[in-house]
Amino acid sequence: MRILTALAILLALSVLSLFVGVIDLSTDAEAWSLVAVSRFPRTAAALITGASLAVAGAIMQLLARNRFVEPMTAGTGQGAALGILLVTIFAPSASLGMKMLLASSTALITSFGFLVIVRRLPVTQHILVPLVGLVYGGLIGAGVTFVAFQSDLLQYIEIWMSGEFSGILQGRYELLWIAAIVAIASYLVADQFAILGMGKSVSLNLGLNYDHIVLLGLLVVSVVTALTVVVVGMIPFVGLVVPNIVSRLMGDDLRSTLPTIAALGAGLVLACDIAGRLVRYPFEIPVGTILGVIGTCVFLWLLFAKPRHAA
Amino acid sequence: MPRNRLIALACLAAVCVVLYMTLAARAPWSFLLPFRGTKLLALILVATSISTATLLFQTITQNRILTPSIMGFDALYVLIFTLAVFFLGSQAVMRLPPQMVFLVTCGTLVLAALLLFGLLLRRNAKDLFQLILTGIIFGVLFRSLTSFLQRMIDPNEFATIQVASYARFNDIETDLLIIAAPITVIALVLAWRRRDALDVIALGPDLATNLGEPPLPRQWEVLILIAVLVSVSTALVGPVAFLGLLVVSVTYVLVPSPHHRHLLPAAALVSISVLVGGQTILERGLSLSTPLSVIVDVLGGAVFLFLILKGKRI
Repeated sequence: MRILTALAILLALSVLSLFVGVIDLSTDAEAWSLVAVSRFPRTAAALITGASLAVAGAIMQLLARNRFVEPMTAGTGQGAALGILLVTIFAPSASLGMKMLLASSTALITSFGFLVIVRRLPVTQHILVPLVGLVYGGLIGAGVTFVAFQSDLLQYIEIWMSGEFSGILQGRYELLWIAAIVAIASYLVADQFAILGMGKSVSLNLGLNYDHIVLLGLLVVSVVTALTVVVVGMIPFVGLVVPNIVSRLMGDDLRSTLPTIAALGAGLVLACDIAGRLVRYPFEIPVGTILGVIGTCVFLWLLFAKPRHAA
Repeated sequence: MPRNRLIALACLAAVCVVLYMTLAARAPWSFLLPFRGTKLLALILVATSISTATLLFQTITQNRILTPSIMGFDALYVLIFTLAVFFLGSQAVMRLPPQMVFLVTCGTLVLAALLLFGLLLRRNAKDLFQLILTGIIFGVLFRSLTSFLQRMIDPNEFATIQVASYARFNDIETDLLIIAAPITVIALVLAWRRRDALDVIALGPDLATNLGEPPLPRQWEVLILIAVLVSVSTALVGPVAFLGLLVVSVTYVLVPSPHHRHLLPAAALVSISVLVGGQTILERGLSLSTPLSVIVDVLGGAVFLFLILKGKRI
C-alpha cells in the first residue's frame, strides 16, 4: 500500500515538473519539442539521480556498518571529481564514456580507502565513522581544489562540485540510465547486502561470499556516484537522509525497503529541484543548495530524536 | 625544558618574520615598511587569534580534535554577514564604516555562539563525538544557508559577500586592523589572565570542581573570547578550516606541557611560523597560485585522520 501511495505522489511530482518552467506550455506552439528536449530529460534525470543515490547510500551504510555515512560526503563523490579533473588535465579530448570510466575507477579507489580506514576504527564508536568520512572527503576535496588551482581549472571543477539540473538536455543525460540499471540490478542481490550489514562473521556463517559481495557493493556505490557526478554534479544528503527515514518507518530488510528507498529518494530530489525552480522564479537555485539546507535539518533531527526501539 | 622550546620557537617565528619583510625587497623601504608591515601585522593577529581560540576550545571541551572552525564558528560569521547584506542591501552595508559592520557582526556572532554552542555543550558534554558531528553538520547548514541566500541576492550585491566567504592571505582587509588589533589584544590578555584557571579546567569537570574551579561559568567566559577571536580572524582573512587543528596538534607534540602559560605562547608562535613562513614560501619562493589556506587544509585534514587512527589504537 505504502509503495502505491509513494508512486502516486511521484507521478504527480513528475507531471508538475514537466509544467514548471519559464516558458508556459499552454501558450507556446513549440511546447512538445520543449518537453522532449528539456523538461522530460530534466525530470527523468532528477528521478534517476534521487533513486540511485538513495540506493547507493543504503548500500554504503551496510558496507561501512554505520547509519551516518553516504557516498557524496565520504570520499566517493570527491574521488569521482578527482577522476574528472585528471582526465581533463592529461587527456582533454577523451570521450564522455572514458571520463565516466575513469571517474568510476577513482571513485572506487577512494571509497575502498574509506572502508580500509573504517575497518581500523573501533566498532563501538558509531559517531567516529561519519566524522572520519567527512574529514576524508574534505581532504580529497581540498586535494582536488589544489590540483585545480595549479592548472587553472577551478571554475571548471566547480561545475561538478555542486550539482544542478539546469544544464540537463536531451543527449546530455543518457549516461544516467546506466545508474538506473545498476540500481535496479542491485535489487536482485539486496538480501545479500542486508546480510553484509550484520558483519563479517555472521555473513560467513550464513554462507555468504563476503569479499565478493563487499566488492560488488563498492562497485554499485562507485558507479552510481561517479555517473551522477559526471552528469549532474555532487548532490549531498540524499544517500544519507532517505535510507535513514525508511529504516525508521519500515525496518532494515533491504529487499522489502529498497523500492521505497528508491521512490522516496526520487521524490525528494525532484521536489527539491521543483522548489529550486520556483523559489526565485524565473531564476534557479541549485538542487544541491536546497538539499543542503533541508538535509542538514533532517540529519540533526535524526541525530537527536530518540530512537523508538533500542538501537 | 618548555622554556628552551619556547625560545627556539620564538627564534623560528622571528626568522619567518624577518624573511617575510626582507626577501626579494626591490622597492624602497619607505614603501615596503608600511606595505608589508600592515600585512605582516594582520597575519600575526590572525595566527594568534586562531591558535588561541582553538587551544581554549580544546581545553574547555577536553578533547584534542575539536576546533571552532570544525564546529562551524567561522561559517556562522559568514552567514551573519550574508544575512546583513540580504536584509539591508549591499549599498547600506557598504555605506556603513567597515569597523562598525565588523563590531555588529562580531557581537551577533558572540550571541549566536553562546546560544547555540553553549546549549549544545551543556546538553552533550558527555557524548563528545555526537557533539563534533553536530558541529560539523551545523557548519554544512550554515554554508548551505549562506549559498542559498547568496543565490537570492542580486549579483551585484553578491560580490560584497564573495570577498568575505573565501580565505585570502594576499588581500587582507587592512582597514579593519585599527579596530581588530586592540580587540584581539584585549581578548588575548583576558585569555592569558585565565591561564591558571584553564590548567585546572583541563583536568576535567569533576577534578576542577573539587579544586574550587567550577568549569561552567568559565566555559561561558571562554566561549565569548573564542567567538571574538574567530570574528577577528574571519573578518581579516575569511574562514580557514584546519589551520587551528594543525597548529595546536603540532604544539602539543613540540611543547608537551600541561600548563597554559607554556601552551598559549607556544601555539601562537607555531601559528605565526606556519602562516608567515608559509606565505613567504608561497609568495616569494615557489610563486604558487594556490592559496595557503588550501595547502593548510590538506595538511590539517591529514593530521586529523592521523590523530584519530593513532589515538584509537592506544
